[in-house]
Amino acid sequence: MSLLSIESISKAFGGLRAINSLNIEVDQGEIVSVIGPNGAGKTTFFNLVTGMETPDSGNIVFDGHNVVGLRPNQILELGLARTFQNVRLFPTMTVKENVMVGQHCRGKAGLIGAIFKTKSQRSEEARIEARAEEVLSFFGTRLAGYRHDQLAFVLSYANRRRLEIARAMATEPRLLLLDEPTAGMNPRETIELTELIGRLRDEKGYTIVIIEHDMQVVKNVSDRVIVLDHGEKLTEGTYDEVSTNEAVIEAYLGRPSERR
Amino acid sequence: MAQVTAPSPARPVEVELRPAPPVDLGRAARLGLIGGVAMVLVAATGIVGTFQTRLLIDPILPLGLLFLYLLAFAFGWMAGKPPAALEGFAPARANSRNLVAGALAGALGGLCVGVLAALMSTFDLRGVFVQLSPQLLEILTFGLPLGAAIIAIVAISAVAGAIGAGVHLLPIRLKRSLLPALVWVMMFALFTDLVGQLFAGLSAEFLTDFLFTGRGGALTIVGAITVFIVVFVAYWLLGGRETTLRGRIEAMPRGQRTRFSLIAAAVILIILWFVPKVMGPFVSQVLDTAGIYLLMALGLNIVVGYAGMLDLGYVAFFAVGAYTGAILTSPQSPAFTPQLLLIVAIPFVMIAAALAGLMVATPVIRMRGDYLAIVTLGFGEIARILFNSEWLAPIFGGAQGITNIPDLRIGPLQLSTPQDYFYPIFLVVLIAAYVTYALQNSRWGRAWMAMREDESVAEAMGVNVVTAKLSAFVVGAVLASFGGALFGAQIGSVFPHSFDIVVSVTVLVIIIVGGMGSVPGVALGALVLIVLPNLLREFSQYQFLFYGVLLIVMMLTKPEGFIPSKRRAQELHADELSQDAWLDIYGDKPTTDATTTEPPR
Repeated sequence: MSLLSIESISKAFGGLRAINSLNIEVDQGEIVSVIGPNGAGKTTFFNLVTGMETPDSGNIVFDGHNVVGLRPNQILELGLARTFQNVRLFPTMTVKENVMVGQHCRGKAGLIGAIFKTKSQRSEEARIEARAEEVLSFFGTRLAGYRHDQLAFVLSYANRRRLEIARAMATEPRLLLLDEPTAGMNPRETIELTELIGRLRDEKGYTIVIIEHDMQVVKNVSDRVIVLDHGEKLTEGTYDEVSTNEAVIEAYLGRPSERR
Repeated sequence: MAQVTAPSPARPVEVELRPAPPVDLGRAARLGLIGGVAMVLVAATGIVGTFQTRLLIDPILPLGLLFLYLLAFAFGWMAGKPPAALEGFAPARANSRNLVAGALAGALGGLCVGVLAALMSTFDLRGVFVQLSPQLLEILTFGLPLGAAIIAIVAISAVAGAIGAGVHLLPIRLKRSLLPALVWVMMFALFTDLVGQLFAGLSAEFLTDFLFTGRGGALTIVGAITVFIVVFVAYWLLGGRETTLRGRIEAMPRGQRTRFSLIAAAVILIILWFVPKVMGPFVSQVLDTAGIYLLMALGLNIVVGYAGMLDLGYVAFFAVGAYTGAILTSPQSPAFTPQLLLIVAIPFVMIAAALAGLMVATPVIRMRGDYLAIVTLGFGEIARILFNSEWLAPIFGGAQGITNIPDLRIGPLQLSTPQDYFYPIFLVVLIAAYVTYALQNSRWGRAWMAMREDESVAEAMGVNVVTAKLSAFVVGAVLASFGGALFGAQIGSVFPHSFDIVVSVTVLVIIIVGGMGSVPGVALGALVLIVLPNLLREFSQYQFLFYGVLLIVMMLTKPEGFIPSKRRAQELHADELSQDAWLDIYGDKPTTDATTTEPPR
């Protein structure tokens, strides 16, 4: 049974059909890339899955639960975390605090516990902190040491992207949605991140859906590629199948003019 | 790779330094005209006239004119300030040109006042500015004929401006001794009652007799000189070291620092214990008021500073606390008189405030930013109008309020005087400060901050924003209600007009001026905005003028507040941190952890 199955969802913004009866299946342990020209509905697809937008029709079934209509935080608790295309960190919180927010949904401590510093609250805080440090250590020295206590906005662009992934990892997800993780990175950083995505699956066991424009990255990481255009699935298959598909080429490059 | 032009301290680069640009006289002229407008306003609002009778130093220095020429001094100081050191330029040195700039600014300021004097002697301006009276003209012109007076005003202002600019020419050690000495003389001269009370409390009235013209009198010349010399010598001997005290504390190893803070806290608590005993009822009353405002500021700090929800109707929760306390304790309560002890009533006060918090928060859950501010503003007013209404008068007493609220009694201790109330109020303030600290580094504290930074992302990262918003409102409401209950018990009565929108605004200004999100900052804000205006009773009619000016000046120069929380200071000075990248390259980033070996590219 697939981990995530999208059953003919549609979403329109006014007259614009952003997503039109889309069907997608994602299996446990897969890395699936979603590609498509600008405005194809890729980010809207992520927003629908994570509950930030509600579909007009259709079902989104994650691990046996229909998540349509749930609030984003409830969906996240089920194990579905994301990053954002235009990095959206908590800029004036420290690197570690950013990641600790990711652990919020896995904690229980309330206000009273925090005020009276109860035993369970203290042990939970310690656990959250340890977990945050563990997640940050996944990025080697990139987000280590003194960086823990730096505010997020002083980080370099690439490190902000890493921190966003770290924050999503801290929520202990089963499915990770990465929205253009290599956008704006230089070639070396892109290669490093490509390796990291592979490690996320192999070491952490996440299933990953990734929106990406860099075809080299798509080629290197994906088990399967889904092509969206005008809110509809154009085709899907391995990278080689998709990259030679005429409809895909047409969608990206345009139809050759009839009258030459 | 960004072009790295800045020489790193780690690898000094030999660069031919260009001479610093001279001080900008055009800027000085502009500052002078701005200063002139300020001086004219000070005269037109009546500050000069009102304070002319108040002698700072008997018999030479009346406060009214001092205000006027202090402005000339301040603008001269700004005009004569050497520009900040720039990359590739030698550090600017003040010279006679700076003095000229200061004098120019001062003279232009004085000229504006001269023009005002000329206008006043020609036309009757009292139709517009009531305070522009012949008496004021007399004060401004020193009783001289107009032409001579204008020359005198310009000359004095120019000298004041030049002196202001001259501060920059002083050697640093002299400057660091001279300015505090002058400030201390000012404080002794302004807060005569406070100083007299302090000496009386310490049974040192002979000092009062020596420094002042009598009990409650002004500072004498001898007194001023004495204070000046004592403070000057003390600072001179310190050699400016006191400015690095904070640095030295921060440099201490962790254990020593903890011990130092514990000792400091103990000393402060002991001093606080003696404050009401030494300072007497009047100062204690002022401190009690400040404590109640501080309590509210700490509560609002959670709502605005942590959770980022601008609540302009915060006074409603203060009112709910005061009225609940009053109804439960007073025998005069119109509808329901259980006549509980306040200490027993407190849990009910908390519950009522929490319910009020939920009531306000529930409809505004889906609102953000400006909309939230407007709606809460409305709620604040609704609360006051309801307490004032005839409709609810059978419960809340309408405009007559609820009187005869018994004093706070804890076991056998019966509190009655302002001095007595100081202790419970500050105990509650300490508890509130602790709660603020404890929540800041907790699961919900982080959730609040995440929500403040980006609500949708916080929600997508698992924060239940509905719960987060409700809980922030409830915590804030409960803290304010404590303040309300203590306020009611201390005053002995509650009236609807005590819960004006002005209270909400004042509390907000305390937070902004003190430093949002910072407990010491909020405490200092309460001190500056509540204690100072109340101690200088002559100023009370100008209190809101003072708030307004202070707020504008703070927003322009120090938007993060007096004692900002670390993160806010960094946020508002982000441009200064953006060289982070090249600091890394040059490897002179202070590494707190030995594991950071590889510098990012």
